[in-house]
Amino acid sequence: MDTLLQQVINGLSLGAIYALIALGYTMVYGVLRLINFAHGDVYMLGAFAGYFIANALNLDRNPSILGTILVTIGAMGVCAIIGVLIERLAYRPVRHHSRLTSLITAIGVSLLLEYGGQVVFGATPRFFPQMIRSETYSLGGVQITNQNLLIIVVAVVVMFGLEFIVHRTKIGKAMRATSYNLAVAKLMGINTDFIIAFTFALGSALAAAGGVMVALAIPRIDPLMGLMTGLKAFVAAVLGGIGNIPGAMVGGVLIGLMETWISATSYSTYRDAVAFAVLILILLLRPAGIMGTAATEKV
Amino acid sequence: MESSTHTERPARSTVATLAALLVIAATGLATGACERRPGAAEDAGGEILIGMYGSLTGDGASFGQSSKEGTELAVEHINAAGGLLGGRMYRLLVEDDQSRPEEASNAVTKLITQDKVIAVLGEVASRRSLAAAPIAQRYQVPMITPSSTNERVTEVGDYIFRVCFIDPFQGEVLAKFAFNDLKARKVAILKDIQQDYSVGLTDSISKHFAALGGQVLPPVSYTSGDADFKAILTQVRSQKPDAVFVTGYYPEAAIITRQARELGLNVPLLGGDGWVGDALKNGREALNNTYISNHYSGDNPDPIVQDFVRTYREKFGRDPDSIAALAYDAVKVLTDAITRANGTEGPKIRDALARTDLPGITGRLKMNAKRNVDKPAVIQEVTYANGEVKFIYRTTINPG
Repeated sequence: MDTLLQQVINGLSLGAIYALIALGYTMVYGVLRLINFAHGDVYMLGAFAGYFIANALNLDRNPSILGTILVTIGAMGVCAIIGVLIERLAYRPVRHHSRLTSLITAIGVSLLLEYGGQVVFGATPRFFPQMIRSETYSLGGVQITNQNLLIIVVAVVVMFGLEFIVHRTKIGKAMRATSYNLAVAKLMGINTDFIIAFTFALGSALAAAGGVMVALAIPRIDPLMGLMTGLKAFVAAVLGGIGNIPGAMVGGVLIGLMETWISATSYSTYRDAVAFAVLILILLLRPAGIMGTAATEKV
Repeated sequence: MESSTHTERPARSTVATLAALLVIAATGLATGACERRPGAAEDAGGEILIGMYGSLTGDGASFGQSSKEGTELAVEHINAAGGLLGGRMYRLLVEDDQSRPEEASNAVTKLITQDKVIAVLGEVASRRSLAAAPIAQRYQVPMITPSSTNERVTEVGDYIFRVCFIDPFQGEVLAKFAFNDLKARKVAILKDIQQDYSVGLTDSISKHFAALGGQVLPPVSYTSGDADFKAILTQVRSQKPDAVFVTGYYPEAAIITRQARELGLNVPLLGGDGWVGDALKNGREALNNTYISNHYSGDNPDPIVQDFVRTYREKFGRDPDSIAALAYDAVKVLTDAITRANGTEGPKIRDALARTDLPGITGRLKMNAKRNVDKPAVIQEVTYANGEVKFIYRTTINPG
């Protein structure tokens, strides 16, 4: 029984990681109808930015909560700038071309960051400093670490925060207007270039926060770390209904639970295959995802 | 944000395109940036060219770095002592295989066909040695692997030699230690199915532990590069083993030990020589109560060991690990064979290598009929304190 509960906790912890990244995927898609394949790699850059800042502050020797917050904010700032640059240099020039052009550009940016990362950081995995002392809470045979708990909390906070920004603020209204019709939004006096840049900055900052949080719990970071995790988060976003913020959370948690469940059987090494099989099944049976609404897509 | 959009394409085709692109993005993993420097085509004069290939970057970077340092130190010592074959000097060419088997075979092909080396040294990981060995065999260039322990490596052909013990023996040593010293009766094994080394070692441990009368739970699989082991560790925990073997390499071993302790799995963890790598230290306090089998112990008071440890520390500013020690021994074995063969032709060196018998840092190096050496193994206890991993000598187990 405690094994089953423990596996649920393991699945939730893993799912929260996917959810955190899927949220950024889904938000950018919601506004731009662009699958930003480079999102997983911005997550990687966030982890590396956190790594360098944390080492500069020597946090491995002197763990502190304040230091962790500084590192997270620093990494978010770095990635927000990178996100805006990516949008300005890679996506904006092709914005008015067909959607496929943007997608291929996104894959190009993704590969550039992955292999550029290997040139700059080296292919050798690095280990993230332990900025918060790891603690394990135990409840009737079920263990959870403070770091995993933090990821779950951050993912939930980010989800509600994004919902709030998109649906309850002025800039959120502008984002929705831009999403609805870029040309008309412009005519209504919305600075759409700014809104799109803001969307990327926000999405990339979230990815960076995710990178730092995950690196705390699973300390191994390398330039290709965003590839598989990013793809799984993409599957999570599609599963939940891409463009739908609570859907990304639901999708992430479902993928996490499913992977954990597969890992616990003797088919543990088929884990990744199952995640992608799910993607294919969803695309065949319910392309709009669990919480997405197919009808509005086809206006 | 499920608001509508005024594009002309229906959502379904876009999503189908995405699926296709996803596949393209995923295959991006397989194609790597590969770096080539121009081949050293010039006449090397009286120099003797030898090649080393290893994982200087990537997952196994610690293996490659230690091998390179051990090899360089040996070459330096031999050249400083007047070289070989009447004053000819070694020139060492090093190729990085980025921890990838396909790059390992490329590296060896280049060393042999372009650089024209007379012998090849490498690799550490058995999977990469197995990828490169057929090439050395085809060109009849002797290859000595310093530390690949999978028994199939030297079975590739009669030009492939090694200077370390093999996994059937290492598995026996680990099984005996767990059964006799740790008094374990029920054990679990975690194996990396991507690594021939881990698979071979797992088989050997299972066989020997069962032969001693212990119970071996069905091995649980993971793959190199995995970072979340909690699901499989929770499953292992539910079976209540007395000890757990982790037969893969150090990057994963570090994370596995940590996550095992986080789940309250506090039984002894055991690993093979694949745990010897700098990133193991990231297991931190979780490394306490873990044990490994290893090739040599730097505490050995034998002058041949202490001289090596001292000169290595002077040159590289750190203590040599067993990978460096074996790399050093591999060069010594090659030098001895070239000297006895009195020439640099492949078949001649091969014949001399087959008759190797000399003292090494890691024990007596006597080549047997299968081109392996029969050497004792040491068991070390791993401890972690103040950011440092220490391997503390526990016992020596002799073959046979």
